[in-house]
Amino acid sequence: MTRHLRVDGPNHDDRLDHMAQGVLGQPLNRLEGPLKVTGRATYAAEARPRNMAYGVLVQAEIPAGKVLEIGDAPGALAVIQDKRMIHYAAQGQAEKAPPSGPERVEYMGQAIALVVAETFEAARHAAQNIAIRYAPETVPVIPESVTPELPPKKQSATGDLDQAMRDAAVTVDQVWHTPSQMSAAMEPHAAIAEWDGGHVTVRAGLQMLSSNRKQMADALGIRESKVRLLAPYVGGGFGSKLGINAEAVAAAIAARELNRPVMVAMTRQQVFDLAHRRSETRQRVRLACDANGVLSGIGHDVLVSNLPGSEFSEPVTQATPFTYQAAHRQIVHAVSRIHRGCAGSVRAPGEAVGVTVFECAMDELAEAAGIDPVELRLRNIPDAEPVTDRPFSSHKLAEALRDGAERFGWSARKPSGQRIEGEWFIGMGMAAAVRVNMLVESRARVTLHQDGRAIVETDMTDIGTGTYTILGQLAAEMLGLPADRVEVRLGDTDFPPAAGSGGSFGAASSGNSVYLACEEIRSQIARTMRCDETDLTLHDGMARAGNVSRPLSELIDGQITAEGHLQPGKTEKTHRQATWGSHWAEVAVNRWTGEVRVRRMMGVFACGRVLNEKTARSQCLGGMSFGIGIALTEAMEHDPRDGHVVSRDLAEYHIPCHADVPELEVHFLPERDAYVGPLQAKGLGELGICGAGAAVLNAIHNACGVRVRQLPATPDKIIAGLD
Amino acid sequence: MQITLHLNGATHDLDVDARTTLLDALRHHLGLTGTKKGCDHGQCGACTVLIDGRRVNSCLTLACMAEDAQITTIEGLGSPDRLSPLQQQFLDHDGFQCGYCTPGQICSATGMLEEIAAGWPSHASASLEGPFALSHAEIAERMSGNLCRCAAYTHIVAAIRQAAGADDRHEDAA
Repeated sequence: MTRHLRVDGPNHDDRLDHMAQGVLGQPLNRLEGPLKVTGRATYAAEARPRNMAYGVLVQAEIPAGKVLEIGDAPGALAVIQDKRMIHYAAQGQAEKAPPSGPERVEYMGQAIALVVAETFEAARHAAQNIAIRYAPETVPVIPESVTPELPPKKQSATGDLDQAMRDAAVTVDQVWHTPSQMSAAMEPHAAIAEWDGGHVTVRAGLQMLSSNRKQMADALGIRESKVRLLAPYVGGGFGSKLGINAEAVAAAIAARELNRPVMVAMTRQQVFDLAHRRSETRQRVRLACDANGVLSGIGHDVLVSNLPGSEFSEPVTQATPFTYQAAHRQIVHAVSRIHRGCAGSVRAPGEAVGVTVFECAMDELAEAAGIDPVELRLRNIPDAEPVTDRPFSSHKLAEALRDGAERFGWSARKPSGQRIEGEWFIGMGMAAAVRVNMLVESRARVTLHQDGRAIVETDMTDIGTGTYTILGQLAAEMLGLPADRVEVRLGDTDFPPAAGSGGSFGAASSGNSVYLACEEIRSQIARTMRCDETDLTLHDGMARAGNVSRPLSELIDGQITAEGHLQPGKTEKTHRQATWGSHWAEVAVNRWTGEVRVRRMMGVFACGRVLNEKTARSQCLGGMSFGIGIALTEAMEHDPRDGHVVSRDLAEYHIPCHADVPELEVHFLPERDAYVGPLQAKGLGELGICGAGAAVLNAIHNACGVRVRQLPATPDKIIAGLD
Repeated sequence: MQITLHLNGATHDLDVDARTTLLDALRHHLGLTGTKKGCDHGQCGACTVLIDGRRVNSCLTLACMAEDAQITTIEGLGSPDRLSPLQQQFLDHDGFQCGYCTPGQICSATGMLEEIAAGWPSHASASLEGPFALSHAEIAERMSGNLCRCAAYTHIVAAIRQAAGADDRHEDAA
């Protein structure tokens, strides 16, 4: 039986608060935790089929043009140059494979061949020494060097922003730049492909198996039913594994050709070239307000880039239309077509850099207007979504601001440059956090056995987000079982197709499908108990209705299996859905070296129902740390001559390390959002990054008076601004 | 070439390419995939193992260089049914998310606590002589060779401090 729900209306009954088991929301340890801390969890490149060969990708050394000839590779089993090899990774949720054909080069570093050998060492040596002849072409690689496209659907204007700017008591009109950024998950992309007749099984690092399967089938030119994907453990994604990438397709092609299993693992440098980058952005923000700080105008004018023909463009202004009120508004979204590596989703596409820059602009406006930054934001929270007048599904920004200010000790903040400890300027900064929320179609199967064990199966992934654990807790709660009686099986396309991990929609979407499957099982038990499902209480393997109490083993003949099927519905149109929060940072800036140390950082977040307090907190810590990276250290430098990534490993691209991150503090605001399905939970994986960097940058200004608008705020830029 | 590795208390004879790193010998030849490859260049620490008790990046070590040493990998520190105290604290504090850097973090922390016990100072130490308070700053400094993109850092440091019996009353100013 399948229970289906399209989320067309609200769920006000808080059903999960009235279940008896009391396990959902608890800070349980991760189900798969013992495997991870002992090195027993096996990731993409960690199966060992018999007779496996090793492949190493060969990369283009020109920014564009044709591959004329690829030389021999002594010591290799094969040099694969197949017309099905893809140019760059598929975008998230794409149903088709990306463009293919390895003779055509679109950017420097593109995978153009695969060298396969008996050993990894031999394959690497042969790949590094292969001779390639090209017919190079000259192409633009700098966003400002071309006339950008202005996609009509991405422009919007209400009122007269120019007039509002002229009439305003206080204005801000500044331009910020953010560099290309990389997800840099710790597990490099890797795949092991193996054929059995016309069927291929690919074990890979992937976030969204059901669409990945379509992409892979399209890339290989075979039917979807002939592709099985496995991703039981994924060593981080952050967007970089949303779509299939060159290594997985090449491994499948090579395994077919050689008739044996082939493993292809990208090097770290290849990840920087081949995984989607977050586009660099140029952002002009215009703000106009009256003497009381009430906004009259908001302008957000952005330039991003991508390869010619690539649909994705960083949705920088995604939250701008609904975060603050103003009568006069304008959004400009320009896309330069240049030949840097493909741009795509990196954790919180849009808000990660869009909210960060906008919240820096708000800080500048607060300073110009002489109004406290928290107060400025409180004065501009709209009652409904501006322009459309849609109600918010829930709105916790004001509470997050007030709660955060109190907890962080915001009232102790001093004017810029006034708090000095030895050679350190100390400052405090804050920013609002906001991220759009959405649901995506998702299915799951739940089986309840007579002996009181339950099994959850879905092709959902756990990329570190805690999916195994929260789906287990949810099934345990709904079916009245101790959490250790539930087994969760993920990451296999043989299971019902799920939303996948991305866009902060994974937990809520797959969770609702598990909820529905469990609800169907409850209904069947209720029929046996001769009661309404809503009158049924399940607890520790016992079913109760009225004064009748019976063990599940008496009520189930063998097993009950049900599927849940969730679809987003009208509420995503009728209500503006978002998650909200606030970021707080205290930094020290060295007056001689320009070094910035984050001393304290805190986030207050509202994301609907928290499914596991422990794993939810970890998600927020991760996002906030990404924010530290955006503010202070992370930049992909592109060579201005050919666009290639110069800072293409972890020694050159500086993700925050232990010493960069203080003891972060996270608080959740209790919330039940009625418009996001019966689970009443929203996304959390990305909220922590949205605006976090702005709190750090605003704290730098409060410490030493320097505004860095060319991110990241490295010491050279700070020193240049100090007297 | 023929080599012999002494690993987690057992002896393994291997036939490997002379260019094989210790990391690849573990992963490709011995099936010990608990030791992770994050960068292959000594930049991330995911491949950290203990060689004669000291933490080493196994990607920067050729397998043949480790012949006469006692090597301990994450698999040698504990098993799912019998976690080491550090592994248990990582689990309890959620000192990981995706889990890919975790074996390296735990091997590194195991070696790091020995370094503190042996009186080795760090950049964050108040004095060169010790003893060293197991403060957040001290642990974070010493663990900075182990990157975690999920950024479980706050929870990792808490896990290590608890496993080491750190006393919060001796917390240094960060």
